[in-house]
Amino acid sequence: MSTATAAEGVTVPFGARLRNWWGSLDRWQQWGVLIPLVALIYLLPVLNPPLLTTEPGTDFQITLFNAARIALIAIGLNIVVGQAGLLDLGYVGFFAVGAYTTAVLSSPDSFLTTQYPWLVCVPIAMFVTAVSGLVIGAPTLRLRGDYLAIVTLGFGEIVRLLADNLDPLRGQRGFADVPGPEVTRADGSAVFTSSDGTPWYWLTVTVIIIVLMLVGNLERSRVGRAWVAIREDEDAAEAMGVPTFRFKLWAFAMGAAVGGLSGSIYAGQVGYINSQGFDVITSILFLAAVVLGGSGNKVGVILGAFLIVYIPDRFQVIAQYRFLIFGIAIMVLMVFRPQGLLGARQRLLTYGRQAYQRLIGKGEQISSESALQKHGNGVAQ
Amino acid sequence: MNPQEPPTDEMRPQDPVTEQLGVVPPEGGLVAELERMSPEERAKHEAQVAAAAATDREITVGVGDTLLELRDLTMRFGGLVALDSVSFSIRRGEILGLIGPNGAGKTTCFNAMTGVYRPSSGDVLLEGQSLGKRKRFDITRAGIARTFQNIRLFGEMTALENVMVGTDARHRTSVPGAVLRLPRHYAEERAGTDKAMALLEFVGIADRAADKARNLPYGYQRRLEIARALATEPKLLCLDEPAAGFNPAEKDDLVALIRKIREDGYTVLVIEHDMRVVMGVTDRIVVLEFGRKIADGKPEAIREDPAVVAAYLGVPDGSA
Repeated sequence: MSTATAAEGVTVPFGARLRNWWGSLDRWQQWGVLIPLVALIYLLPVLNPPLLTTEPGTDFQITLFNAARIALIAIGLNIVVGQAGLLDLGYVGFFAVGAYTTAVLSSPDSFLTTQYPWLVCVPIAMFVTAVSGLVIGAPTLRLRGDYLAIVTLGFGEIVRLLADNLDPLRGQRGFADVPGPEVTRADGSAVFTSSDGTPWYWLTVTVIIIVLMLVGNLERSRVGRAWVAIREDEDAAEAMGVPTFRFKLWAFAMGAAVGGLSGSIYAGQVGYINSQGFDVITSILFLAAVVLGGSGNKVGVILGAFLIVYIPDRFQVIAQYRFLIFGIAIMVLMVFRPQGLLGARQRLLTYGRQAYQRLIGKGEQISSESALQKHGNGVAQ
Repeated sequence: MNPQEPPTDEMRPQDPVTEQLGVVPPEGGLVAELERMSPEERAKHEAQVAAAAATDREITVGVGDTLLELRDLTMRFGGLVALDSVSFSIRRGEILGLIGPNGAGKTTCFNAMTGVYRPSSGDVLLEGQSLGKRKRFDITRAGIARTFQNIRLFGEMTALENVMVGTDARHRTSVPGAVLRLPRHYAEERAGTDKAMALLEFVGIADRAADKARNLPYGYQRRLEIARALATEPKLLCLDEPAAGFNPAEKDDLVALIRKIREDGYTVLVIEHDMRVVMGVTDRIVVLEFGRKIADGKPEAIREDPAVVAAYLGVPDGSA
């Protein structure tokens, strides 16, 4: 944990070495690594690399889109679970609220005759989901731990049952013809169709990058510190002047808004929303992505989401056993690596780098256990 | 990036941390720099650190008037009366010891003061204002900070981040300000980081500022708790058994630190079992037994008080 360990180079875990290396880079060097990496991520559906591809079983572009969609959800859920430490088992409820808000506002089947374009629906859906987060959070966030988990589980089910049984929400019949973004090619054909995953993937990756920047801004601020303090010791946080209830509500609302955004994208892509696919097991799958990848680590949860979606699509043989396999994988992981594939790693200070550098002299001498890493303002990690 | 300095703070220089302490950062960082200093330089440096750590606090009213007052404070848990109409007051600038045998109600008294428990009856007044209905975080903002008997740090956060949480008690940036990176966010981050670093140096653990709190040695963790509590800019600092688990040398250091804190203008309330610490550091002592106050006076008087001797200290050496 001290500087000596890193210097001697004995059994420093790969992740820590990677972080140390990353932390030792200048800002422009980090950009130099980041830009080609992001370019590669954008090019994935076009490259369709032979070993990586999920074809012929599943359309690779659609798989990538789904992975990106779940990654966005995982980032939102990570705010609630990973940062603030509030176990939310009903996160699919927010996803559903986002999807349904979009569908109701845009579909011709809706009882509302608005038929707004998709782009108008997105901010409304995010707002409605954030408000639903506040509504569910206000009474329940006074609970802790197991009790909160049970109440959120109930919330997820209530949303699904409402969608199933409320007449205006059309239950199993659902809403058809939910539009996507209205972009057309030169020949007049639509860019965003449900059969072509590539534009949707690009859109979602772009959204992820923006969300990561904003969430990163929150993390390296009073808000992020308050969340982590609440996660670590709620009573001590309260005693240090953190208005815990207010910040827990914020975490819920922020997480919900990201979930709603993802639901909105989902509704636009599939073009059809009914009460299927918003069940508890989906919620658990979201949570599995977060826990598998590393609760509290933004890169980790993206990795977790990718694995959760990609593995069943790539290895179709095991697809029907995927819950069994994920279950075993998580159990094994919890024994050998309880922090997830990439452990929680937060930088909670805007000026942390300067402060720590003054302390130790040089950035790269900072130990693996300390928090100094890349921490530029709003750079997607 | 547009760091705006807080308008009220004239002492705050432009650059974070470095110029704060009025020294140029040399090669090798703060730790090496401290080692190179001569005793005089070091004393000067420490004075600067103390000044930086103490900025912003309003030490307006004269020393000696009543800061905190407990009026007939009673705490009942079911049939158990943990505190039975306890009344005492703490004067500004003093170090008050709160002692008593195990189970006497010392920590309960602490918890009732800091809002963890709602008093069954009676009242706690800070500068004449009742704390009765206020939330815990609000009481901290009103000016009472505490440490915990069993250390309760934010283990996954670095020492510096822990102290920053304390400074955040005086910050107002919330989600919109943080997302949009408004000027106030930068100003608060800058001032907070400076102050947190200065406080770590003040309590003597700045060399481990970048380490996670859970990886710090025990004595450092105790000191970090004190730094974190000081960061909330309290009028009254409450220490719950700060010397627990310390060896004699560490206890001496702690006594020196508590004195240093008081010299900086804080008022301190100490719960402590160790008589050497209590007698060595306090100006006045309140003794509890079975939830009742049995004595209140100067350490010398308490030492001689027959009720206290009977309840707590046992028979002193040589008096038999």
